[in-house]
Amino acid sequence: MSDFERKIDRFIEFFIEYDGYKTVIEGLQNTLKIAICGLLIGIVIGTLIAIVRVLPKYKLLPRVLNGICSFYVAFFRGTPMVVQLLLSYYVALPLMGLNVPSVTVALVVFGLNSGAYISEIMRGGIQSVDPGQMEGGRAIGLSFGTTMIKIVIPQAIKNILPTLGNEFITLIKETSVVSFVGALDLYVAFNRIGSNSYEFMVPYLVMALIYIVLVLIISGLVKLMERSLSKSDRGR
Amino acid sequence: MIEVVNLNKSFGEIDVLHDINIKINKGEKVVVVGPSGSGKSTFLRCLNCMEDPTSGSIIFNGVDIADMKVDINIHRQKMGMVFQHFNLFNNKTVIENIMLAPVYVEKKRMKKLRRKNPNNEVVKSVKEIKADAKAQAIELLKRIGLEDKADAYPSQLSGGQKQRVAIVRALAMNPDVILFDEPTSALDPEMVGEVLELMKELADSGMTMVVVTHEMGFAREVGTRVIFMDEGRIIEEGNPKDFFANPQNERLKEFLSKVL
Ligand SMILES: Nc1ncnc2c1ncn2[C@@H]1O[C@H](COP(=O)(O)OP(=O)(O)O)[C@@H](O)[C@H]1O
Ligand SMILES: [Mg+2]
Repeated sequence: MSDFERKIDRFIEFFIEYDGYKTVIEGLQNTLKIAICGLLIGIVIGTLIAIVRVLPKYKLLPRVLNGICSFYVAFFRGTPMVVQLLLSYYVALPLMGLNVPSVTVALVVFGLNSGAYISEIMRGGIQSVDPGQMEGGRAIGLSFGTTMIKIVIPQAIKNILPTLGNEFITLIKETSVVSFVGALDLYVAFNRIGSNSYEFMVPYLVMALIYIVLVLIISGLVKLMERSLSKSDRGR
Repeated sequence: MIEVVNLNKSFGEIDVLHDINIKINKGEKVVVVGPSGSGKSTFLRCLNCMEDPTSGSIIFNGVDIADMKVDINIHRQKMGMVFQHFNLFNNKTVIENIMLAPVYVEKKRMKKLRRKNPNNEVVKSVKEIKADAKAQAIELLKRIGLEDKADAYPSQLSGGQKQRVAIVRALAMNPDVILFDEPTSALDPEMVGEVLELMKELADSGMTMVVVTHEMGFAREVGTRVIFMDEGRIIEEGNPKDFFANPQNERLKEFLSKVL
């Protein structure tokens, strides 16, 4: 039996007999949970910020909101995700006297962080939509907000879908930093199997494989979605 | 129906409209002509406050809608607008384009009624609102012979079809007036006719219309009044017969000699 085969056997032994798979499943769940919820929160926050940024600016309120949004985006894009996680988990929450599970903290921080990035993506998306679409809505008596939500944003999202897919992939990959606040993700799960079996080669290989498969699946889904959304573009 | 009083509009330093005064009565078909850049679009867009007038009033059905305090959306629902580039909603099918605003407005109205009187019998459910709007939309599509395109997306229509859908989309709100900004200028020549035909039909049905166009034939045939704009001013106006046969102003003579 070659050395590599022995390592594989040892991995399988720890993966199955010592319940390693349970840890991996939990890790995978957490990774997906953090990335998916992060993306959804990010889309909501990003869309709101993007709308504020394209608002006409001759009144005071939009200007104040715009200032707040600029600061928000600068903060979350200007500091590493790890720092944001550590600040939230070890500084902000303890100061507020709150005790929140690390996965929840990670998920919220990922949402806040991707909101900053998505707001820039979304702003580009909104600006890529023909201004005539907003005019058409306003001229028939729909409000700015209604036209935005029913007409402009759906078209903007369609335009930025590939970029949003990439953002999701980035989020999945970045989840590996949540171990800094003690959350159990895919990396921690395999790391645990490695430590227990004193054998890291195969666990990390399998981990890499899972990440790649995840990314491939998401890319495929994005392609499918793009195709179904481009229905309204037929003949163009 | 619409009374424009001392309307001025500038974009920053550039004064585009100077002291426009005009009264448009119910049932009139006012055709606006003039050289490119003379402020025709800006004038039209001030009528429904798509551009905020710099000064002056736009009295529509007795309300000064240029006043920033009025809810402009409610008034725009009664002023249709048709654009050069159609501006159909690209993410909606033809029938959704037509139904969207009527459903939205009716839902809002019902909500208000229900708030006033929770047991109100005349209040329609969302389902009924949609069914009514759909029936109306199909009726409108039949009128322009496009009922088979109900579920098509705008990108699948020809320019002429798009513009006719845009016109019935405006009609679906039962507007008091429809504003047209060069509705045939972006069309291939062979499609101009079908759009003008529909506009004539509208005119015959008694609709009040304000039309910016380069189609002098339409102005002559359908217009009840023709207005010549130049450099942001109304320079001459009159009934089409005198306007074309007997122009007074030099600039208008020059303009007509070019376009006729
Ligand atoms: N949004 C705008 N900002 C600045 N200038 C504008 C804007 N819209 C129109 N203008 C200017 O106003 C003038 C009249 O334009 P417009 O009303 O479109 O003329 P027309 O429709 O008669 O061709 C032009 O000189 C144009 O450059
Ligand atoms: Mg124009």
